[in-house]
Amino acid sequence: MSNAVVVNEVLKKFGKPTDQTWRRLLPYKPNTNGSKSQDNGRKPIVLAVNRVSFDMLEGEIFGVLGPNGGGKSTLIRLISTLLLPDAGTITVFDRDVVRQPRQVQWMINRVSVEASFFKKLSPMENLLYGARLYGMAGGDIRSKVIEILTRLGLDKRAILNPMEEMSRGMQQKVAVARALLSRPRLLLLDEPTTGLDPRSKREVQAVVRELREEHGVTILLTTHDMTEAETLCDRIAIMDQGSIVAMNTPEKLCTMVPSPNGHKPTLEDVFLELTGKSLVADEEKEVA
Amino acid sequence: MSLAVHQLRATYAFVERNANIVRRYWSWEMVWMIYSIADSLSVSFIGMGFEQMGGGSSEVDGRYLVLYFVIGTLVWRYLSTIFYWITDVIGIERWEGTIEYTLMAPVSRLTHMAGQTFFAVIYSLLFTAVVLLANVVVFDIDMQQANLLGGTLVLLAGSFSFIGVGIMASILPLLFPERGSQMTHVLIALLLLVSGVYYPVSVLPSPLKEMATFSPATYVLGGTRQALLEGVSTIELWIYIWPVLIMGVILIPVGLWIFRQAELYAKRTGKLHRNG
Repeated sequence: MSNAVVVNEVLKKFGKPTDQTWRRLLPYKPNTNGSKSQDNGRKPIVLAVNRVSFDMLEGEIFGVLGPNGGGKSTLIRLISTLLLPDAGTITVFDRDVVRQPRQVQWMINRVSVEASFFKKLSPMENLLYGARLYGMAGGDIRSKVIEILTRLGLDKRAILNPMEEMSRGMQQKVAVARALLSRPRLLLLDEPTTGLDPRSKREVQAVVRELREEHGVTILLTTHDMTEAETLCDRIAIMDQGSIVAMNTPEKLCTMVPSPNGHKPTLEDVFLELTGKSLVADEEKEVA
Repeated sequence: MSLAVHQLRATYAFVERNANIVRRYWSWEMVWMIYSIADSLSVSFIGMGFEQMGGGSSEVDGRYLVLYFVIGTLVWRYLSTIFYWITDVIGIERWEGTIEYTLMAPVSRLTHMAGQTFFAVIYSLLFTAVVLLANVVVFDIDMQQANLLGGTLVLLAGSFSFIGVGIMASILPLLFPERGSQMTHVLIALLLLVSGVYYPVSVLPSPLKEMATFSPATYVLGGTRQALLEGVSTIELWIYIWPVLIMGVILIPVGLWIFRQAELYAKRTGKLHRNG
């Protein structure tokens, strides 16, 4: 099996290193509007992704676990051409994301934790827009939208109503449908089931399995849900403070730490042991 | 599927999306339309007001002044509507939070701007036509001597230069997520000041007169007024058309290049993700 994604020594930092001399000369400090800022009014440098390397095989479901602010979303944005790395390289099916972004964009799609849509438009109108950007014809899109959304459990009437009238769970299903419409070879799922009720979560997870089994789609999944990671992913990388601290199959990761209280360690035990943090306790600190 | 077919479909995606947005926000469109008509009429009434204030003096031709103001308000409405639709190419997506999905799609920025621009021109023409209709009804405008074809040609030629200005200004919401959209108002206000929308450029002090030379709106307003007020022939209007065409030929590619640099900067610094 060939490599679908190769991430090699990728570095991404945010913030500005240079001090602003004129600010230091001022008798008072201008309002910097945020506790993250240093005295000079600039945000401190944050290493969002710190020399990360891994590869994904074609057809693999690769999980990335990490606390908020651990660098998961930044990593997905780097792969999806929305951010440029400061160092290192990323290739998607042998295409470089910096030098050949358009070719990469043809092969990928993404579902983010926020279902981002034109809120006054209906799912049909939003998906028509999204799919046309990938070159699909209107007639094909309409039938495909109905097929995918009903498969995801959406009521047919809801497809023509404004998105703002839908629950977050339903909006997230439309986001999944948007990503599936373009038939990506690589699907980037950034916490796609966060905030969904258990039933919706299962429906989305079933679609993820089906995509891999029936269509051979390669999937990069970030999640806070240990069970989801354990049941869906072939391999998992644990990220903390921008670095990968462990990477292996779920079973092998669980052998990396001693058994607590005589029980078989869970992925959560592994995560706590390796990072010293809870997955969801930290306040949202994503920097990009 | 060929690249051309894909880019055509993508162009249509922006047109259709914007049409759907206008349809869904129809009540706002009505508010904006009423505001625009009231604005145009109230400025144009100044012409009649001058005639009355002049005590019926033969030196003040109220009809001429009304038409002068009507042309000013209509041309300005048309050009500024194009400008705002194009600068909104990023602003609207920041507002809705969809910017990342649009910018990660396999669509060239030329296609992106072409779709937005095509919609902007059609929308602005229709919008301005409704405002014109209101003016015709209220003021009983006589345009028998007007060179309508010439006026329209000047207007369309001027669209290209304003498209270029709009593309350049659209980088502001890209670079400044919180205040970028508001910054575009400064640019349009400066153009309004120097372009002779409500007065001849000749009344401006020297520095502003110099600035007027570089405003495409100056030529569009001058040309449409010559065509509609004086009935100047289309060939004679060429002196107003060629400067705006040259501006368009320069400003559109330069605007696209600047937008590309701003996009790369936003991707380096992580500014795409932040919503205003």
